[in-house]
Amino acid sequence: MTPAPEKTAMPTGKDIRQALLTGFWFMFLTFPLLVIKVHPIEQTVTWRWANMLWVGGLSAAVALACRLVAAHRAAGGERRRQEPDRAIAAPSQAFFLTPSRLVPLLAAVGLFFLVFPLLFSTYQVNIMTTALMYVVLGLGLNIVVGFAGLLDLGYVAFYAVGAYTYGLLHLHFGLGFWTALPIGGLLGALFGVLLGFPVLRLRGDYLAIVTLGFGEIIRLVLENWGDFSQGPSGIANIARPGLFGIEMSLETSLVYQYYLTIAMALLTIFVVNRLRNSRIGRAWFALREDDIACQAMGINKTAIKLTAFALGATWAAMAGVLFAAKTTFINPASFTFLESAIILCIVVLGGMGSIVGVVAAALILMLLPEYLRAVAEYRMLVFGAVLVLMMIVQPQGLIPRVRRTYTGSH
Amino acid sequence: MQPLLTVNDLTMDFGGIRAVDRVDLRLRPGEIVALIGPNGAGKTTLFNCLTGLHRPTGGDLVLAPPGRPQRNLNGLPPHRITAAGLARTFQNIRLFPHMTVLENVMVGRHCRTTSKVFGAIFRPEATVREERETVGMSLALLERIGLAEQADEWAANLPYGAQRRLEIARALATEPLLLLLDEPAAGMNPQETQELDALITSLRDDGLAILLIEHDMKLVMRLSDHIVVMDYGRKIAEGTPEEIRRHPAVIRAYLGEEEYGA
Ligand SMILES: Nc1ncnc2c1ncn2[C@@H]1O[C@H](COP(=O)(O)OP(=O)(O)O)[C@@H](O)[C@H]1O
Ligand SMILES: [Mg+2]
Repeated sequence: MTPAPEKTAMPTGKDIRQALLTGFWFMFLTFPLLVIKVHPIEQTVTWRWANMLWVGGLSAAVALACRLVAAHRAAGGERRRQEPDRAIAAPSQAFFLTPSRLVPLLAAVGLFFLVFPLLFSTYQVNIMTTALMYVVLGLGLNIVVGFAGLLDLGYVAFYAVGAYTYGLLHLHFGLGFWTALPIGGLLGALFGVLLGFPVLRLRGDYLAIVTLGFGEIIRLVLENWGDFSQGPSGIANIARPGLFGIEMSLETSLVYQYYLTIAMALLTIFVVNRLRNSRIGRAWFALREDDIACQAMGINKTAIKLTAFALGATWAAMAGVLFAAKTTFINPASFTFLESAIILCIVVLGGMGSIVGVVAAALILMLLPEYLRAVAEYRMLVFGAVLVLMMIVQPQGLIPRVRRTYTGSH
Repeated sequence: MQPLLTVNDLTMDFGGIRAVDRVDLRLRPGEIVALIGPNGAGKTTLFNCLTGLHRPTGGDLVLAPPGRPQRNLNGLPPHRITAAGLARTFQNIRLFPHMTVLENVMVGRHCRTTSKVFGAIFRPEATVREERETVGMSLALLERIGLAEQADEWAANLPYGAQRRLEIARALATEPLLLLLDEPAAGMNPQETQELDALITSLRDDGLAILLIEHDMKLVMRLSDHIVVMDYGRKIAEGTPEEIRRHPAVIRAYLGEEEYGA
């Protein structure tokens, strides 16, 4: 399979020209963000020309690499064209799929997460807890976007529903985390159906726009209906999750929350995996693949769409309850469109419909900015660049969905 | 014998265009009826009306399953019509490309199975049994159309002729009383057409009623018990293959003088 040496393409003049052009374009694009820095108090402006050079150089290099990879693929692609590999497991994945490698790998990962709080500081544990919450959110959105193919840009609304359910129930009735969790989940499902009904007839771009609007409406209601939600000042002093009324120090409580979030993530993985390999899951995939054929196969499109919205929203709402309990303070600013965009990023980057991929993407996207401080400032820029790169190099995501086989095993 | 499907005065307008114009149709169990006519005659539109994808402007659809009370199919949504016993294939193949061959057929079992979200998550005995039956029946159907070997392949990776057969298997998985095939032989080589011929015959022998849109006249003449000819949305002739072969209006509209003329 190794390509003949003469096929490893040398960059041509055209490649270099294109790469330079890309570099300039990115310099232009990022100019206001990366080069100009305004200090409103001192009323001065710093021009960071070095940043511009970095951006130009890096994007030109990446563009050149992309072109070379593309050329390389085109050269050795004749063979591959025989079997369209759009959704076939990447070789890296096939490597890990044999049980003899998969079991130790899983054990190692499991052990790592189990002893994580013993090895790292509370600060690190806290970051990991947040990342794990995004695993839950990503998997929930994966039901709607990855399985059923319904582009939902207002997913954060259900996250808010969960958080405010707990916040308000605690504020007014003193209810605890464990009571609020199922109530939040149910309310999330209800809101999922409420959103689902008006958008039943919409598809693609139209669906995306309406769901985006829905997300903003929920946030604006929370912001402006002060009597109900305490407006922008939010709800404070929400109780952390309890454990049979045991008193816990802050540190213990954080570790407890970590394990709680792990349990939640595992539960989500379990449930989402079971849903995927079921009659309902197949109906979602059918809807995503071809909605006319899906109906012609006797699937009630309305019911299956509403189920997807409701189940996706349930996970978001439960993650929201967890979020409120973790931060002990919530306000509408936590539930902006940016949040929806990040969760969608996780799903797309991980691989639509792929559970392992979404878990990996959530951890990578949430942890990387924390540990690469230099990146953190330009987080969204990096997210965007990574997504674009991904679409070019491997459009099916980090770890594409594996195909389920039925005949090989028996 | 009482007809399985009775279509009366079916009409479909798209704005000013009348794509189907007061068409009558009858089909008995175990009968193959072919629907022929030039491109744009309204054949596919008629299929879309029968299967609920279009809501007809006028007319009646009545299904009378043997041994069960007859029912009116007017205005039912597509999934209800499939559940009632009409299954179809599409002129432009509409498989689920990123599902496996077997999963494509399993989707067809949807309307004959019942497990819900609870069953999916907790997998009670009933769901496990149902899943096993779904896999078993789907594999059996793949066996029948000769695609069992490729069961775990992505549907998108199948060659063209196999995709057409897979569409038939998927439709059969819904346990239809009436199968509607929209140009199933289009793009097939002679060998594949031969196999399709055998498959359709064996389905008929199982008592299935089949409504067939097809341009391959040899296939149509050999298979059908009855032929309906459409042109400009109207039914211009019907009869046995022998009668159709001689029908002057048909020869004019569709078959071409030099090929079938006296
Ligand atoms: N959804 C639609 N909207 C408007 N016109 C349509 C639609 N579907 C079909 N038609 C028109 O109806 C006529 C019949 O088309 P069709 O049923 O596909 O013909 P056939 O299958 O016999 O080749 C054509 O003139 C076509 O343009
Ligand atoms: Mg047609």
